[in-house]
Amino acid sequence: MFVTAAYAQSTTTEPTATEGAAAGHDAAAPAGELHTETGVAHEGGHGGVFPPFDSTHFASQLLWLAISFGLFYLLMSKVIIPRIGGILETRHDRIAQDLDEAARLKAEADAAIASYEQELAAAKAKGNAIASEARDAAKVKADAERASLEADLSQKISAAEARIADIKAAALAEVGTIATDTAAAVVERLIGPKASEADVAAAVQSVK
Amino acid sequence: MAGDKVDPVHQFVVNKIVPIEIGGIDFSFTNSSLFMVVAVVLASGFLYLTTSQRGLIPGRLQSVSELSYEFIASMLREGAGSHGMKFFPMVFSLFMFVLTANLLGMVPYFFTVTSQIIVTFALALFVILTVIVYGFYKHGFGFLGLFVPQGVPGALLPLVVAIEVISFLSRPISLSVRLFANMLAGHITLKVFAGFVATLSTMGAIGIGGAVLPLAMTVALTGLEFLVAFLQAYVFAVLTCMYLNDAVHPGGH
Repeated sequence: MFVTAAYAQSTTTEPTATEGAAAGHDAAAPAGELHTETGVAHEGGHGGVFPPFDSTHFASQLLWLAISFGLFYLLMSKVIIPRIGGILETRHDRIAQDLDEAARLKAEADAAIASYEQELAAAKAKGNAIASEARDAAKVKADAERASLEADLSQKISAAEARIADIKAAALAEVGTIATDTAAAVVERLIGPKASEADVAAAVQSVK
Repeated sequence: MAGDKVDPVHQFVVNKIVPIEIGGIDFSFTNSSLFMVVAVVLASGFLYLTTSQRGLIPGRLQSVSELSYEFIASMLREGAGSHGMKFFPMVFSLFMFVLTANLLGMVPYFFTVTSQIIVTFALALFVILTVIVYGFYKHGFGFLGLFVPQGVPGALLPLVVAIEVISFLSRPISLSVRLFANMLAGHITLKVFAGFVATLSTMGAIGIGGAVLPLAMTVALTGLEFLVAFLQAYVFAVLTCMYLNDAVHPGGH
């Protein structure tokens, strides 16, 4: 019921050996007897000897260990280790390369930013210069226009004043004749005879 | 038959699968040989297939392979310095082989190769012989300076040298017995507790109730054994690195 696979196997392949082994195990047969009987009778079992110390299979275990471990060692040293080492190295190189690339790009970006800022500052200065120049020119032009306009206007004003003075003088001269005429008419009406023009003029002149 | 009794030692019995005899010596292909081959095929197959993509960005399985590589590489570099890196294939193979063999042993009905003292002893001897051969090859008789620690008073020197020699000679034994005994004891304990479950559960309702405790124990022990399987492979590799350090730097004490 609690037979392991190994037991089952040995039972099928070597029924007699198992019998002997089981008996030997249960009865704990003397070790010396077992050593003499190794080989055929106890192949499948382990007699009274503790199985790991059973020297029956030492030679074969050593041989197969040498074969399998030797092969494993060869595989590791020739195939697996160079391969994994190569993978790790490639990755290491790639990371270093990427870091370098990143540093280079960053330097480039920094340079671009610096030149951009420089250009921006230059453009700003240039813009300011242009603006102040334009402002100055406009100011000069406006001043000139204003000056000419003012000159023109003052000329017109003086002309107008001259004309007014002329008209005033003419009007005042007219006033004298009108007064003479009026006085002559008034005198004629009041006194009857016609007063001489000279007298009237003299009279007007006296009241003037 | 051995009866309705669970035999916890039976799992360590070596059985012939293909009988081979060369020059009167039995070199049969046994279940032990089979699981050595299985371990080799599994470990190298895993490492080979997972790294076949050579992905710049590793997948999960490729990461496992790379991690084990870097794990051993850093262990060896710390243990034996950069000069010790020439032993990397050896330490890596030892670690992977022992780890795979240990983990394979955790599968029910599978044979645990590392529970055979001859196997662990052969591996330990391989390490120590490498140390001795490389030590003498590289440093000549200066390698013997390993046994003469510096700064020891002259009167004590013979005693200290004797102790050093004994400790050096006991290394292959301690290295092999540590791995062997851990695997052996773990598997026996596991089998004994699992056997309690089986035996108790044939005893009716009370037995089944009582079997809960050993069952829980078996589950816990299984987890522990997985830890031990890894830990012993790790310890084996670390000690190998330390011993190799002696071969590379014999005056390093």
